[in-house]
Amino acid sequence: MPDDVTSPPPADLYRRLLLCRRFEEVVAEQYREGRVPGPLHLALGQEATAVGVCAALRRTDVITSTHRGHHHCLAKGADVDRMMAELLGRRTGYSAGRNGSMHIADPDVGLLGTNGIVGGGLPIATGAAFGLQVQGRDDVAVCFFGEGATATGNFGEALNLAALWALPVVFVCENNRFAELTPSSTHVAGEVWQRAEAYGFPGVRVDGGDVHAVAAASHEAVARARAGDGPTLLEVMTYRLSGHYVGDPAEYRDEAEAQAWRDRDAVVRARADLAETDAAAIDDEIETLLAGAVERALAAPAADPEELG
Amino acid sequence: MTTRPLKFWQGVNQALHQEMERDEKVVLVGEDVGGPGGPYGVTRNLRATFGPNRVRDTPISEATIAGLGVGAAAVGLRPVVELMFFDFCMLAMDQIVNQAAKYRYFTGRSLPLTIRTMSGSGGSYGAQHCQSFEAWFAAVPGLTVVMPSNARDAKGLLKSAIRSDDPTLVIETFGLLTARRDTPVDEDFLVPLGVAETRRTGDDVTVVATGRMVDRALEAAERAAADGVSVEVIDPRTIAPLDRATIVGSVSRTGRLVVVQEAPAPFSVAAEVCALAVEECFGRLRAAPVRLCAEFANVPTPQDLVEARVPGVDTIHAALLKVAE
Ligand SMILES: Cc1ncc(C[n+]2csc(CCOP(=O)(O)OP(=O)(O)O)c2C)c(N)n1
Ligand SMILES: [Mg+2]
Repeated sequence: MPDDVTSPPPADLYRRLLLCRRFEEVVAEQYREGRVPGPLHLALGQEATAVGVCAALRRTDVITSTHRGHHHCLAKGADVDRMMAELLGRRTGYSAGRNGSMHIADPDVGLLGTNGIVGGGLPIATGAAFGLQVQGRDDVAVCFFGEGATATGNFGEALNLAALWALPVVFVCENNRFAELTPSSTHVAGEVWQRAEAYGFPGVRVDGGDVHAVAAASHEAVARARAGDGPTLLEVMTYRLSGHYVGDPAEYRDEAEAQAWRDRDAVVRARADLAETDAAAIDDEIETLLAGAVERALAAPAADPEELG
Repeated sequence: MTTRPLKFWQGVNQALHQEMERDEKVVLVGEDVGGPGGPYGVTRNLRATFGPNRVRDTPISEATIAGLGVGAAAVGLRPVVELMFFDFCMLAMDQIVNQAAKYRYFTGRSLPLTIRTMSGSGGSYGAQHCQSFEAWFAAVPGLTVVMPSNARDAKGLLKSAIRSDDPTLVIETFGLLTARRDTPVDEDFLVPLGVAETRRTGDDVTVVATGRMVDRALEAAERAAADGVSVEVIDPRTIAPLDRATIVGSVSRTGRLVVVQEAPAPFSVAAEVCALAVEECFGRLRAAPVRLCAEFANVPTPQDLVEARVPGVDTIHAALLKVAE
């Protein structure tokens, strides 16, 4: 995408959002069928964060993701078949089916990895930004992390260093209101976006239900990083419609709050921006893509115990 | 003593209830330990019983969670801090290794700190949630490291750890959380630190097994008995300090040693136990010591791959027959 366009065409946005949404719903069905060997953390309701941010990125930009990262991977251009195969424990998966959802990486599309360690990506993205800066590349690094990760030491260390060295990194805090089974009010003090100010770089809060707003804010942050002006902290206010993991009854959640988020669902709103026939064509396209991915994955051999590494 | 067939997690839970009841200086701190009672329910009902002042949910701040324990113990509490998975202790290494373990050395004072964590590849959580680091911590002077293999020891060792005046790392095992063993309900029941348990007596081969491998070793020993090989099974229970006398006594008698563990072999507890046997029982060994360990590879996610990586009952049984030949 050219650098002066802040939001991709509506059809593209809808296609990407729907891919993230339906990919996870399809994987969850497979999980319930007993075909997913590991745990699954879904980002249902959070799609606009990944799609909006990645709309501002090039293929050569890099991201780090989290334990809840399918949408980041897909938005950055990871291969749907290889992701599906990895989640279904197949040898054609990104990691030969050995590792599953929390350990997907594709450096060829700038995806340095999802991560089982909360906050683990913060120093890595900072290091990637350092590497890009030293090599004089005008690519940027984006670090996705949950609001829970702002409590880690890594968060403070990464922000300080990125500020000091004016690194080309965008810290994207995906505030989905929960860390595991507890609401963020019990584990995050103050406002996340305001922490940037103390380090002397911009902190911005944006509505994660509005993919255009996320894309615009990301565009600005990425442009700043590319220009050599240093980091930005984006706090995207979103909501985790799923439980912490598939199977979590999420009894701790306020149903009215969840419904309020569903009522302004970014995927539904993106669809409403399109003519019905165009939207229906995209719906079909995504269903075909995912059904094929599942079929091809299930036809592939299961992960091989001889291939431990 | 009245016993009940408790699950491992119930043993932990009962120990915490009893010790918090007994001593108001005992507090519990960790991620999600309060309201939900931990991600696997191990600490359920503790907050309801002892209140939010003594049972605290923390942010995701492992270094500071461990440090909370060090600092709070230094000013008079007997804290129990939980680091959800062993892998996450890596974020708290400084506080555990450089701070807690050195406290008595630097100050001459006690530091009654208990750190609970969970290890092992029982849960299909992959390479960053299932690692076995017991040997790393056992190599640090100033730390006691215990690794219960069943509900009874989980209860008795945790109670001893909480009453101990020095920092103790209690490694719980994910794959054992629902396994049962008869456990005394009595609040005075303790399992002493530093004392192994001989789970089965025998004359031909000594097996030293830890954590999830103990039950497998017992089953393999049962089968070997049917084949005419008499196997003694020792569960060290405390990794550091290791109960050397029990192991040396047994190996001196049987002349054969098989060590079974869920961690890979290089630089491990199994390596230490074999070194002990060679140093102390050299003249009485009738066969080279054998290590049955996880493959030296990362922990995969699919459960069949996980199992392919660690010794199973068949492997142990075959090794017992072979070493006894
Ligand atoms: C260092 C570390 N501590 C604890 C955990 C266990 N854990 C997994 S997800 C999670 C909550 C993370 O919350 P947040 O960062 O807000 O991300 P979200 O799950 O909401 O996407 C926790 C505590 C972990 N994986 N890594
Ligand atoms: Mg969160």
